[in-house]
Amino acid sequence: MTQVAGRLGVGEVGELVPRIDAPPKVRGEFSYASDLIAPGMLWGHTLRSPHAHAAVTAIDISEAVSMAGVHAVLTYEDVPGQKTYGLEFQDQPVLAIDRVLYHGEPVALVAAEHPEQARRAAECIRVSYELLEPVADMERATELLDLHPEKPTAGHGYFDDPRPNVVRHIEIHHGDVAAQGDVTVSGVYEVGSQDQAFLGPESGLAVPDGEGGVDIYVATQWLHVDRAQVAPCLDLPLEQVRIHLAGVGGAFGGREDLSMQVHGALLALHTGRPVKIVYNREESFTGHVHRHPARIWCEHRATRDGKLVNVRIKILLDGGAYASSSTAVTSNAASFAVGPYEVPNALIESTAVYTNNPPCGAMRGFGAVQTCFASEAQMDKLAAALGIDPIELRLRNALKPGDVLPTGQTITGSLPLAETIRAAAALEPPPAEELPRDILRLPGGAGNTTRGEGVRRGVGFAVGFKNIAYSEGFDDSCAARVRLAPDGSAEIHCAAAEVGQGVTGVILQVARTELRTDDVRLAPIQTATVDSAGSASASRMTWMAAGAVRDACRAALAEQERRPGEAIDVERVYRHAPTTPLHPQTGQITGERAHVAFAACAMKVVAEVDVDLGLTRIVWIGAAQDVGKAVNPQQVEGQIEGGTAQGLGLALMEEIQTRDGLITNASFTDYLIPTALDMPPVTSVLIEDPEPGAPYGVKGVGEPPTVVSTAAIVAALRDATGRALERVPVRPDDIIGL
Amino acid sequence: MRITVSVNGEEHRADCWEGESLLYALREKLGFPGAKNACEQGECGSCSVLLDGTLVCACLVLAAQADGHEVTTVEGLADGDRLHPVQQAFVDAGAVQCGFCTPGLVVATVDLLRRNPSPSDDEIREALSGNLCRCTGYAKIFDAVRLAASR
Repeated sequence: MTQVAGRLGVGEVGELVPRIDAPPKVRGEFSYASDLIAPGMLWGHTLRSPHAHAAVTAIDISEAVSMAGVHAVLTYEDVPGQKTYGLEFQDQPVLAIDRVLYHGEPVALVAAEHPEQARRAAECIRVSYELLEPVADMERATELLDLHPEKPTAGHGYFDDPRPNVVRHIEIHHGDVAAQGDVTVSGVYEVGSQDQAFLGPESGLAVPDGEGGVDIYVATQWLHVDRAQVAPCLDLPLEQVRIHLAGVGGAFGGREDLSMQVHGALLALHTGRPVKIVYNREESFTGHVHRHPARIWCEHRATRDGKLVNVRIKILLDGGAYASSSTAVTSNAASFAVGPYEVPNALIESTAVYTNNPPCGAMRGFGAVQTCFASEAQMDKLAAALGIDPIELRLRNALKPGDVLPTGQTITGSLPLAETIRAAAALEPPPAEELPRDILRLPGGAGNTTRGEGVRRGVGFAVGFKNIAYSEGFDDSCAARVRLAPDGSAEIHCAAAEVGQGVTGVILQVARTELRTDDVRLAPIQTATVDSAGSASASRMTWMAAGAVRDACRAALAEQERRPGEAIDVERVYRHAPTTPLHPQTGQITGERAHVAFAACAMKVVAEVDVDLGLTRIVWIGAAQDVGKAVNPQQVEGQIEGGTAQGLGLALMEEIQTRDGLITNASFTDYLIPTALDMPPVTSVLIEDPEPGAPYGVKGVGEPPTVVSTAAIVAALRDATGRALERVPVRPDDIIGL
Repeated sequence: MRITVSVNGEEHRADCWEGESLLYALREKLGFPGAKNACEQGECGSCSVLLDGTLVCACLVLAAQADGHEVTTVEGLADGDRLHPVQQAFVDAGAVQCGFCTPGLVVATVDLLRRNPSPSDDEIREALSGNLCRCTGYAKIFDAVRLAASR
């Protein structure tokens, strides 16, 4: 176990190396998906539903199609193949057929010479809607009109729930679910819907190849699964659809589902011209799935000396109009509901429902964010009820290798939780700052409203953990191909999506480490030259790409020894240890494990709240994170700082507001994300305890800080205000008038 | 309408529709895609450029308003192969992740350090508060600004 300070080196695993893509990015020369151009290029535009729930009775394109500059206007009738698609369940129409289920659902497409012509033509498409009552309240969804009577998620081995609008329901029964403790605390917690709000809106360029096929250059998280969804809709064999990674302006889960891929390809194949589609910010808010809003009912029972006896948690998630990855989020929320604590008995229910709200799916933390907020609030409540220090209470219950999770899975890998908790607890925040002071360092900043008379200081602490990589029996793999030239140079092919997290750097570091050469380059990222890398999701890409590139490099060197002086070209597919599904009735493991590995993060937060203004300033954050092995310490710190910022956003300001299913704040004026003035300094400690079975002992690092920071920040606000604060984002009204 | 605008010291001409922003003209007509479009309403700073030396959001300036004026974009900062000191500091400090906000932040930092060569931490935060970044949490961006100022 070491605390890492960055070491400058030549770029092997564990060394601090500048990113290879940083120079072109600072020069403005890095080509993002929205920067692409092609000769003869047209601009595509998507007409979207202004309604949350309506029948579509007619679509009249006659005026739009005759407008100047317009080359194509397409509806569902122009989709040559499968009319629906989906990441896991094909329940989402490429273009609306006879109904729309959410505000922003794509209805028609236009291609024109100028983007403004395309927008104006789209406005001239006459869609006849018959408005229907939206299912907007997730708590009532199971009693209302069934939006998906065909039950697209049924038959996949989940609990067979007969109620309308259930995407998935899972129950984990662990030990004696009726077991009593000496002390019981309960609470109901709520989490608003968060947007990934990546800076680069959805964009891509589709180029017809003249032979019926198409090349799609797009910002995505998983090229091969895009291809698997796009090709059937276009009625093309996989080989005729080639996906290329264009520069990605952030992802955070929001680019797992398709955005413009099929739409751009349809327009390109229809017009025979390259077509570019770039969403604006408003469209981006409706163009991708969001973090599930959640309501969580908790009851924690413990002994008088602070050992958890029984934890009972019911989780309700609003999945919105289509399934996306809600089934996996439901199960993840259940798996991590208790937090990183040993508990002999538990009853956990998790349900995702369909509504006419914006579709929800993957976002950094994937179900564990919502439950961490609830269960860590409960741990603080329990500590107060028992009169035990909150950090001591966490240490008394902290999971360790050998312990059993509520799913029955024994932790066999690394989980240095007590060390992580102690490391965060030991971090010293800066001393409280005297008043009066520069107004920029007051809650509310330059508003110049007060001199800080109402400022209260609070300290909060929280711990969170999450799975690394895909779970529950998913065949999780990553391919890499290594070509060694006789001159000693190497070329690596791996379809791992560089979304800003730095995986291209990881791949090069691994290749340099294994091949013992600096002369390594990464080939363009595309589907045509190498097999799937899996998704840049679930904190899995570093682990999986490192495994695949390591194995391919070693195989290439072995091949080179057999055939010295010749060009070598080998491809290897890496898989982590297999997982199996949870039992549909009991939520217990059906094999050795449902999750392959875990990573934890503990955080201490100092906050100041102006209780006259209802404004907050986070003063300082100290984080300790269980990282396995830091491949590039500077980049790991960047993940902790950035992941913490997203959790801060959810704690204090970020929520997609809807009224009867309609989004009312789809802009950066109305949906706020943290600015430079909102983020405090973050002190981070990296705990390196190698993960057995993972290449170089790595773990994923992207999600744990986001899982825990919302909980830790709100804990600090509770300490400052004495309020229960059971809902995020915390609103000014929640913290004024003490 | 036809506009003439000096971009990074060279004169350029473009035919523009009256409703087009300077950002659209730079990116789509003049071949300078460095400034990014992320919000179209001056909230995020990704499109920051210098217009006659003043920091502006190019999405809020009409292309027509730039007619006869001088624009400096992120592409105009490096001296050939040598990065501008602010650009180099962003690379060295690890201030770049996805990088979509980076061009705007680099231009805003150049503007800040020209006005105030040794800003305090509070001044750095205030100056960059109009530039949103979703990846980094800003910590390494602040490091980069301090590094550039110290050099």
